[in-house]
This record gives sequence, C-alpha cells and structure tokens, in this order.
Amino acid sequence: MKRKRLINISKAIGKYLFRVLTLLLATSVVAFVLASLSPIDPVQQYVMGAGAVSMEQREAISEYWGLNAPPTERYLNWLSAILRGDMGVSILYRQPVAYIIADRFINTFALMMTSWILSGIIGFTLGCIMGIWRGKWVDSIIKRVCLVLCSVPTFWLGLVFLLIFSVWLGWFPIGFSSPIGIADSDVSIWQRLYHLALPALTLSFISFANVAMHTRQKLVDVLESDYVLFARARGEDTWTIMKRHGFRNTLLPAITLQFASFAELFGGSVLAENVFSYPGLGSAVSAAGLNSDVPLLLGITLFSALFVFSGNFIANIIYGVVDPRIGEERPHGQAIGD
Amino acid sequence: MDKQLAIKASGQRFGFNRRVRTVIISIFLLGIIIGIFIAGIFIGDDAMAVDFTRKGIRPSWEYPFGTDWLGRNMLLRTVKGLSISIMVGTVASAVSAVLATIIGIAAAMGSKWMDSAIGWLIDLVMGVPHLLLLILIAFACGRGLTGLLTGIAVTHWTGLARLVRAEVLQIRSQQYITISRRLGKSTGWILLHHILPHVLPQFVVGLVLLFPHAILHESSLSFLGYGLPPEQPAIGIILAESMKYLTGGMWWLAFFPGITLVLIVILFDKLGENLKTLLDPYSAHE
Amino acid sequence: MCHDNLPLLEVDNLSVSFRMYDKAFEQRDLKVIQDLTITVNKGEILAVAGSSGSGKSLLAHAVLGLLPQNATVGGRIFYKGRPLDVENQRKLRGSEIALIPQSVTYLDPLMQVGKQARGADKSPKRLRRQREVFQRLNLTRQTEKLYPFQLSGGMARRVLFSTAIITDAELVIADEPTPGMHLDQALEALSILRELADKGKGIILITHDIDLALQFADKIAVFYAGTTVEELPVADFAKGPGALRHPYSKALWHALPQNDFMPIEGFQPYAGDLPEGCLFAPRCPLKTSECEAENPPMRKLRGGKVRCVHAS
Ligand code: SF4
Repeated sequence: MKRKRLINISKAIGKYLFRVLTLLLATSVVAFVLASLSPIDPVQQYVMGAGAVSMEQREAISEYWGLNAPPTERYLNWLSAILRGDMGVSILYRQPVAYIIADRFINTFALMMTSWILSGIIGFTLGCIMGIWRGKWVDSIIKRVCLVLCSVPTFWLGLVFLLIFSVWLGWFPIGFSSPIGIADSDVSIWQRLYHLALPALTLSFISFANVAMHTRQKLVDVLESDYVLFARARGEDTWTIMKRHGFRNTLLPAITLQFASFAELFGGSVLAENVFSYPGLGSAVSAAGLNSDVPLLLGITLFSALFVFSGNFIANIIYGVVDPRIGEERPHGQAIGD
Repeated sequence: MDKQLAIKASGQRFGFNRRVRTVIISIFLLGIIIGIFIAGIFIGDDAMAVDFTRKGIRPSWEYPFGTDWLGRNMLLRTVKGLSISIMVGTVASAVSAVLATIIGIAAAMGSKWMDSAIGWLIDLVMGVPHLLLLILIAFACGRGLTGLLTGIAVTHWTGLARLVRAEVLQIRSQQYITISRRLGKSTGWILLHHILPHVLPQFVVGLVLLFPHAILHESSLSFLGYGLPPEQPAIGIILAESMKYLTGGMWWLAFFPGITLVLIVILFDKLGENLKTLLDPYSAHE
Repeated sequence: MCHDNLPLLEVDNLSVSFRMYDKAFEQRDLKVIQDLTITVNKGEILAVAGSSGSGKSLLAHAVLGLLPQNATVGGRIFYKGRPLDVENQRKLRGSEIALIPQSVTYLDPLMQVGKQARGADKSPKRLRRQREVFQRLNLTRQTEKLYPFQLSGGMARRVLFSTAIITDAELVIADEPTPGMHLDQALEALSILRELADKGKGIILITHDIDLALQFADKIAVFYAGTTVEELPVADFAKGPGALRHPYSKALWHALPQNDFMPIEGFQPYAGDLPEGCLFAPRCPLKTSECEAENPPMRKLRGGKVRCVHAS
C-alpha cells in the first residue's frame, strides 16, 4: 500500500515537473518577445550608457544578442546562452547578470523569508482567533482590519511606516540595507537586520490578511463539521478540539497557501525594496526596466518565475506527502479484514 | 396560527428593508465614485498650478490636504489623481472582465484540448509575479497609458475566467441545454440565450471586484515610474514624488493621497460585495 | 437491576425550530420537532422509530446541547430527575451521555481512527479498553492506524460504535448505528447495546429499521413529522395492529414486509409545511373535524402513550 502511494505521488510529481518546464519555457518566450517589442536596441543602449566602449565589447554584445539574425534564431541563441549559464552583462551595473542576481537574491531572500514567516504566523494566529470566536466582536474587528489591509497599496504602507518609524521616531534609517561607505563584508548581522526590519514589516502586513482570512474560512468549516460536532458530543472543550482537530485540518491548507503566494510576495518585495532603497532583486528589476537594461530585466524575470514555480511545486508536494488521502485509492473494505 | 403569520409578515418586511437598503447603499457608493471622477475632470490645470508663495503649507482649512514644495494644492491634485485612477481602473477592468468572460466560456464550451490549453495559460500568467509582468509589458509598450492599460488588462483576467468557466460548465450540464441541443439549436443560439444571461451577474460582480486590484496595480506601477507620465498627478506619481520630502517632515504629501486611495479601493470593494448580495442572495448569510 | 424509580432521561414536549433565510431575504422559523415526549429508564432500550428525514437525529443533538446557533429549543429535558441545562449538558457530554453518530463524516478525516476512538483521554487504560472494544467489534489491530477514508462503510460504523462503548456512559444515544453493516455485524452491534442495557444503562436507539428495533428494544417511540405519536412496549408491536394505539403505528405495522407489505398512502409532510392540528390527519382514515383543531396531547393508554383523539 505504502509503495503504491509512493508511485502515485512520484507520478504526480513527474507530471507537475513537466508542466513547470513547459511553463518556464513559455515564460522565456513571452519575456523575450516583450523585451524585443520594445523600441530600444540593446547594443545602442549599452553604447549610450557607457562612457567608452571598445570594439571588442561591442562585438561581444552584438554576438550575444545575435543582432541581424531572424527573431527565432535570436531567441534560440539567447536561450542556449541562458542554459549555459550565460545571462549576459547588465548595462546598468556593468556586471554579469548572473552575478548580480546571486548577490541581490540573498538580500531579497532574507527579506521575503522574514516576512513570509512573520505573515504566516500572524495570519494563522489571527485566522484561528477569528474562527474560534466567529461572529463575535473580535472576529469582526480583525476581519475589518484584514479587509482594509487588502485595500492598502504596499508602497503606501511602506511610506507610512517610513514616516512613523524613521521620520518621527527615528528608530530606523531611511534607506540602504548596509551603511554607505562600509565594505559589504564588514556589515554586521545586526546592521543587516536593522535595515531589513521596516521592509519586512511592510511586506508581512501586506500579506498576512490573506492567510488570516483563508484560515478563518477553513477553521469555520472545520468547526462546523460533523466531526467537531461529535468531538463536542464527547465532551471535548474548544481548546481540546483545536488541538485535536482544528490545527490538524487548517495548518496544511495555510502552509500550502503560503507556498503558493510567492508570486505576490515577489511583487510586494519590488515595491517595498523601492520604498526603502533596499538592494534586492526588486529594486534592481525596476531600475533595469526604467534604464532599459534588457539582460537584467530578462534575467530577473526568468529567475522570479523559477522561484514562483518552485513555491507552487513545494506547495503541491507538501499536500501530497502530508495529507494521507492523496495518492491513495480507497481500498475495498473486503481487502482489509472486512 | 396568528403567530406564524406574524412571523412571515415580519420576515417579508425585514427582507424588503434589507434589499432596499443594499440598493440605496450601492447607489450611494456609485454616486461618490462618479462624483470624484467628474470633479477630477473639471479640476484640469488647477492641480498643476505652481505658486511659490504658498509652498509647503500644512493641512489647514484653506488647504485641507496642504500644499507641496511647489505650492500646488494637494487636495486638487489628490482628487485629480483619484479621478485618473478611477478612469484607468474602469477601462482596464472592463477589458479584463470581457477577456475573462470570453476565455472562461471558451474553456468550458470548447474542446478538452482548448480547456487544458487555457488552464496552462492561466498558470503561465499566474506564474510570473504580476508586477514583473506589468513591468515587462509597460517596457514593451514604451511606458505610458497604453502599456499600463494593456498590462493590467492582460494580467487580471485569470480569476474571473476560472469562475466563469465553472459557472458555464454547471449550466451546460443542465437538462434544458441538452434539450435545446436535441431540438437542433446551434451552439451560438444556446450561448446567446442560455449561457450569457446566466454569466452576466458573474460578469458584473467580477468586473466591479476587479477594480480594486486594477487601481492598486495602476498606482504601484505609476509609483515605480512605469505608469503615467510624471506630469500627470496620478496617485502613484504624487506618492513617488513625495518620498524626497518626507524627511523634511512634509508627511501630508504622502498621507492624504494614500489614505484617499485606500478609501476608494474600499468603496469599490463594498460596491462589489453589495452587488453580489443583490444578485446572489444566498451568499449574504454565511 | 436498578430499582431507581426516577427515569434516566425524560424529554417533555421538546420542540426545535430553526431560523432560516430564504431567497428573497425572508427570515422565518422552521419548526422541525414539536411536542416530542419520550422517557428512557435504566436498563432499557428505547427505539425511536420513524421514516428517514423526520428529524430524528435532532433529538440526539438537542439532548446533548449540540444544536447550531440558529436553533431554538422549547420544552424540558430531565436527566436523572434534574433539568438538563446548558451547564449540565456540557458536564455530562461524553462522560455520562454518549452519542453514536450516524456517518463516517463524524470522524476527523486526518486522524487515525484508533486515536479517535480513544478520544482526548491518553491513559494506557483507555488504550487497553479501545483494543478490547475493537476486538469485540471484529476490528483488527491494523485498523487503529487507518484513516477514515480507508475504512469500508461497515468498518467505519463499527469504529463509530466503539467510541460510545469505550466510555462508561450511562445513557447512550445511537443515531442510526447499523446501516452499512452486514446483518451479522448489525446483530452483533445491537447485542452489545442490549448487553449495556442489561448492565443498567439506558439506550436510545434512533432507527428507521423497525425490524431490528423489535428484536432488541424494550419500548418503541413511533416518530412522525417531528413528533412522537405513540410510545409502547415492544411486545405490543408483535401482537399486531389490535394492540397498537395510533393509526400511524398500525399503518407502519401493515407496511412491514412480513405482514401485509402494504405501503402507507400519501407523504409525510415537510417541516415548514405542516398541517394544522394532528400531524397525521391528512393521511389518517379515522380523521374527524376534531382532529384538525389542535395537535392532540400525549395521553396514557393501555400501558403506553398515544397522541390521538380517537385511539382506544
Ligand atoms: S387524532 Fe385524528 S387524525 Fe390524528 S391520528 Fe388520531 S384519528 Fe387520526
């Protein structure tokens, strides 16, 4: 039985992986087409941006973009370069795109994970509180707060936090993840955290409402289910019911939802990073777009898509492995001692 | 027996009140939105008027939202900005909702192949973070209004398309459709007479509920510098500009435009919820 | 065995109604149970019998205080002579009063059934008891580790059944415990209930299967359209229609396959659309204008109780 389940699950994973591959491929096509639709010529842009460009550099870029070649060939050229790990050179930062992404992703990852965990914990807790006291004043107050938060633009919330914590209270600096003038390696972990705090707070505030509302909905379903009714019939009090049935049946959907929310998280981090001048992928990508840095723009797009798909992938796996019902057919009663 | 009748009667009164109240609230909400929109049109150049004699004034009776570093009246700029947001949001979500309906119906009515292709497309659109896709599209279209509208329209149809698909699938399986088909009615006829009328409420509610997202994305994109040109006082641009002056203590530059934007978004959300209650009373009593 | 003359459970004129909303925002009260009266003594199985969809399960929920918030309860319930109020219900649920629910949806889909059967009590004694009961019900040791979706219908029933036997409850309310079981399993299950009763516990067996009820119960309460129309010793049912009091009970008797197998004409009225006066009137051959004045009260008759103007 266990074995069969394993096979079923791996089959499902294989299928999903295939889908992810096709989706990634499609993303690369779409991104490439969109980038080439733009009236901006990458070589021209590079030449314009730099003070002095040697002939060789010029050649190298021309070759990388396969200019003068038909669009399909250019795409294939570019794709094969990407697959070889060559993502081109950023016009804006004059560094290989792969290097910039690697460097900045650490920052972005720290930011996203902090707020991801924070929003998960806050959201789940609030969702449980709302669910347990559904219809009571606590529920309606938190619900209202969540609905309002859903209507708040990320960047504005960031500005408000900036006003409160940096300008008024002076607790936090106004920008840059590391103090200017200090080499990156000299920045202590405390300083990093210090600069991370406000963007992370902004991002978590923007995203916990969603988790909270979903958890509430799910918990209400659970608490109104027959099995909870039965648990009450057996004398279990609310806390025992939460321990035995509530968390068991709501935690999994909440975690899945969190993993599936990477796309919004990434979008939010673009805004938060811009408000707080946080040197992550988000501020890089908007700068790349504004300065027509095509290689960087494409690179980050592909990378973020990979990131989002991995999130969804993990969400699917968690569901498959943890939920005993997935991947298993209902056996005939006769088979097990009936 | 009397008692039962009484309960019934009061029930009816209760229902009547509630329905009328919902309608009145909806009209009221719509009125505010349209009012702001029209006010924005009439403001015109006043919002841009620079006057250095009155720069950096704190919120007061004369200038409720204060003035900025160029002495521009923030109240006028904010209303103008909201008006622009409402306009962009309306157009973008209308396009998006139409797109969603067409795609949703196609997925449900077309072949199995079509359905899975559309499912894949939805995954694709959801796979790239919206804001990135918006940046890419704005980049491709060369920024400005066209890029903004295309971007929002192209990225927001997925959720509603799924809803429409589910709805159509459900209607399609119902008996009268099968009967119509047997009576030799063409797919087009069935679509027009049976499917579209049923999808209409979903469409209207979905359209209104798309607004908040559209507006939020519009302002975000403008904030990042991809949306409307900087001389337009869109809320995103006002807020982006304000960033430089926040350290100087001009908090009102960021506070009022933002909070009014939030209010508008909530208004749209409420309007959508109200419409949903009117069109589908069952959802009202969860 | 137990000569306490106080009944274990007394339900007196219980009514349950729900506040409902319908399409056009109309709010109204839907009366699902009315004037329900039953008595359960120690050592006794009372079968509450009636066709499905007549609101029998709500009786169980009302006694345990598990009705949803939009329900209004009227009438009185006494447990061992004391009124069963919210406070008492909370105290007695699971310890003195146990429920055997009616379907697998009453099991948590994500919890192994052994753990569910034991309940919140984690003592080794509980574990031993659970294994004993499982064995008694022909559930293998592996069953403990299964999840509800892996159980066959009959196994799920037996797991549900085990939950009540594991406790030392004095009153067991079994809500349709047998459908889905094989006949011999059902017989085994009911004989366990019988045994419990013989040890001095009180059992309410809610069922639509009159045959099974006849074999194991001491008394039958005939349930119709949300009310009990007759409460009678089981022997009367065996004696035939002459010993029965209410026209509906007689019709039920005739409908049994081993008797005339003659279905009752007409339909049971739905809650919300009940007739005035006697609820059985529209289908009753003995109906007179008197019957339609009000729902007749329960009255004692020949060692049983009946809710009919003309019964003799
Ligand atoms: S009261 Fe009248 S209608 Fe009702 S069962 Fe008795 S005889 Fe029939």
